[in-house]
Amino acid sequence: MEFLVVQFLTGLASAASLFLVASGLSIIFGVTRIVNFAHGAFYMLGAYLAYTLTERLEGAFGFWGGLVLAGLAVAALGALLEIVLLRRIYRAPELFQLLATFGVTLMVQDLVVVIWGPEDLVGRRAPGLRGAVEVFGQMVPSYDLFLIALGPVVLGLLWLVFKRTRWGVLVRAATQDRDMVAALGVNQKWLFTSVFALGVFLAGLGGALQIPRDAVSHAMDLRVIVEVFVVVVIGGLGSVFGAFVAAIVVSELNAFGILVMPKISLVLVFLVMAAVLVVRPWGLFGKPEGPARQAPGVSIRPWRPFSPGERIAVAAGVALAALLPLVAGDYALTVGSEIIIFALFAASLHFLMTVGGLASFGHAAYFGLGAYGAAFAAKAAGLPMEAALLAGPLLGLAGAALFGWFCVRLSGVYFAMLTLAFAQITWSVAFQWVEVTGGDNGILGVWPSPWAAGPRGFYWLALAVSAAGIAALRVLVFSPFGYGLRATRDSVLRAEAIGIDRGRVQWTAFVIAGTFAGVAGALFAFLKGSVFPENLAIPTSVDGLVMVLLGGIETVSGAVVGALVYKALAIWLMSQTELSKLVLGAVIVVLVVAFPKGIVGSVEELRARRNRSEPNGAAFGAAKMEAAE
Amino acid sequence: MTTGATTTTGMKLSVSGLNSYYGPAHILFDVGLEVGAGEVVALLGRNGAGKSTTFRSIVGLVAERRGRILFEGEDVSALPTHEIVRRGLGYVPEDRRIFTELTVEENFLVGRQPPRAGAPTWTPEKLYALFPNLGEMRSRLGGRMSGGEQQMLTIGRTLMGNPSLVLLDEPSEGLAPKIVEQMADAILAMKREGLSIVLSEQNLHFARLISDRAYIIEKGRIRFSGSMAELEANPEVRDAYLAV
Repeated sequence: MEFLVVQFLTGLASAASLFLVASGLSIIFGVTRIVNFAHGAFYMLGAYLAYTLTERLEGAFGFWGGLVLAGLAVAALGALLEIVLLRRIYRAPELFQLLATFGVTLMVQDLVVVIWGPEDLVGRRAPGLRGAVEVFGQMVPSYDLFLIALGPVVLGLLWLVFKRTRWGVLVRAATQDRDMVAALGVNQKWLFTSVFALGVFLAGLGGALQIPRDAVSHAMDLRVIVEVFVVVVIGGLGSVFGAFVAAIVVSELNAFGILVMPKISLVLVFLVMAAVLVVRPWGLFGKPEGPARQAPGVSIRPWRPFSPGERIAVAAGVALAALLPLVAGDYALTVGSEIIIFALFAASLHFLMTVGGLASFGHAAYFGLGAYGAAFAAKAAGLPMEAALLAGPLLGLAGAALFGWFCVRLSGVYFAMLTLAFAQITWSVAFQWVEVTGGDNGILGVWPSPWAAGPRGFYWLALAVSAAGIAALRVLVFSPFGYGLRATRDSVLRAEAIGIDRGRVQWTAFVIAGTFAGVAGALFAFLKGSVFPENLAIPTSVDGLVMVLLGGIETVSGAVVGALVYKALAIWLMSQTELSKLVLGAVIVVLVVAFPKGIVGSVEELRARRNRSEPNGAAFGAAKMEAAE
Repeated sequence: MTTGATTTTGMKLSVSGLNSYYGPAHILFDVGLEVGAGEVVALLGRNGAGKSTTFRSIVGLVAERRGRILFEGEDVSALPTHEIVRRGLGYVPEDRRIFTELTVEENFLVGRQPPRAGAPTWTPEKLYALFPNLGEMRSRLGGRMSGGEQQMLTIGRTLMGNPSLVLLDEPSEGLAPKIVEQMADAILAMKREGLSIVLSEQNLHFARLISDRAYIIEKGRIRFSGSMAELEANPEVRDAYLAV
């Protein structure tokens, strides 16, 4: 009993930081409608800066002053980011905003290692709170009790700011209708900047407050952002009180989950999140979103199947690719296989995101599940490669069917956050369940059958399977199912009004996309001869997103082109620089801000401009109707 | 910044050659209108004629627009919305756009701007005198008010910015006859304070109660301009462009 009380108190103490970070994310989202992926990066920067400041500044004042200063410094960086980057993308689809802020996260990860080194840093203990207090005969650190008290205090302060100051009233007004606030003479720009700075301050302070409890590391950003996403999904985006309650729920579930299921403690959090989503899709204290903003993939240029000429060109391209083994060496063929496999992965994400309008931030989960499925089939069940390649994707299918059922109940940013959270849960199962998955060591010795064991044989196998998969997805785009799916993307209301079952169509699309990602993953397992948890980690998901974006989000064939270019670039970059995340992050940011149409999109734009006479009336007519409503 | 005085043209607001677009759709065609200091001018037209788009274009809420918008003699067409409004050009939207999560007092607080020379100064107390209903529900949430109360609130909220001219988009729309009368009285009271007012209306009877002059807009073009008496004398204009 006593032990449970102490465990409960530990959970409450962890909730304090989580609440600070989550409420910051919620406040920022409320006004700017941006889900700030970089929030975890600011949390991490707060911890690192607090570490440095508390090491330099003397005494108790130095310690506490250092924590606050760290928060303020991070807030200043946040304001800078808002002014330089976010102001350019406020009207962009949420996918672009998530990607741009993720790009910033990547850059910060490398910068932190450059500045503070790769080792974990252990900070100072809080002066005056070094000891422990006896509670029911058990020792509880005084600092934990301080944090437990701090949570409600911050909640109260935020309440006062939002209820009792004009700035707070303006923020609440802008949360509801930011254009109307401008029409009353309020300068939105500075309102947004100040809101962003406050939200980021809370993240930075949340990170700074962790240093007496936890080591500072360069992986803490992604860890916290996933927890924060879970918190805001449960509590409701935009609700500070929801963040408070959900932070406690999640922290307590973590604290007690360790006791109940030490191996897969996150599963408990997952179950609660799933239950909340079924009952209240917008979280416990959130409000249903208004009409969604334009989904990704909506194009003013109508899609069409390949013309006969283009078909011949594509066939020639595939044939040319098939001839590569005659000239290329083993290394080039291995790289080629990897690129081709990722083209299939990107095409599967494209199907969900561009055709279905559902931007998944956790698509790697199904890629990874396919890989693990193939590995289980080959190693545990002893199946030959051919059978394992068929069995593996079934795990991706099962995962997509399970997670997709929950995800398609949401849309927009909620959908993105939920897919990310599910992917992270899958990752942590792969990471923690060592007996089955091998944990960090992965599963080794997943070898292909003799005929495909050489780089040539495998290259042809990968090319055949991927080309067939991509062709199948393309056929689906122009099938009646594809039309129905695009209808749900373009207007849920109108699609439902003509009898399309939105949920079923989107769920089916999710499962299809997950299955094809699983096929790519199974191939990948045999290419590498092994599977590791990072196959389904966030960076792999984001790789897929960047491929689709680079190729052109509004196009049908962009994903394949994007995958070829991106993967080749990334492999080359890895060999050239230590700071690949910094470069990659910068590339993502530039892509989003300066080149949002992608490669194929830009080519199509050029072609359209050259053929001005081409009848475009249908698309313009549709836009006109839209505007006139 | 200029004071409330009108300039050489003698006009508070002077719009000319205003063209507006929603994407590829052309909505307004060379709209022009003028408002003198202290005048109440009606912009009449059927549903979809372009009244709201005209107002939204003047305050810069329509992104794609061309034309000259002189407010107190200065061209404001290149300014962002909040700067136009801060010069004393108030805007009351047709759909009211009350902050439903905020109380009456808080809605007023959002609209508050510093007092302006040459324009009447408004306080919550003065607004409660103008709209007595609101005075009885100061801490009620905007979302829990009737349509008429919300209409009063949205006008009061804009007045809190101490404008010298107000664009009122269909203030009588959807209101009970009794409330429409109150609204007409309130607008006349605003006029007595020295405010210039442009109101858009489909309801000719309501416009007749309070306006000095009228424009008629149809399919994005101004079709008629003249005094209320001239409009009365031209029933064929009225029948052609207004729903009666």
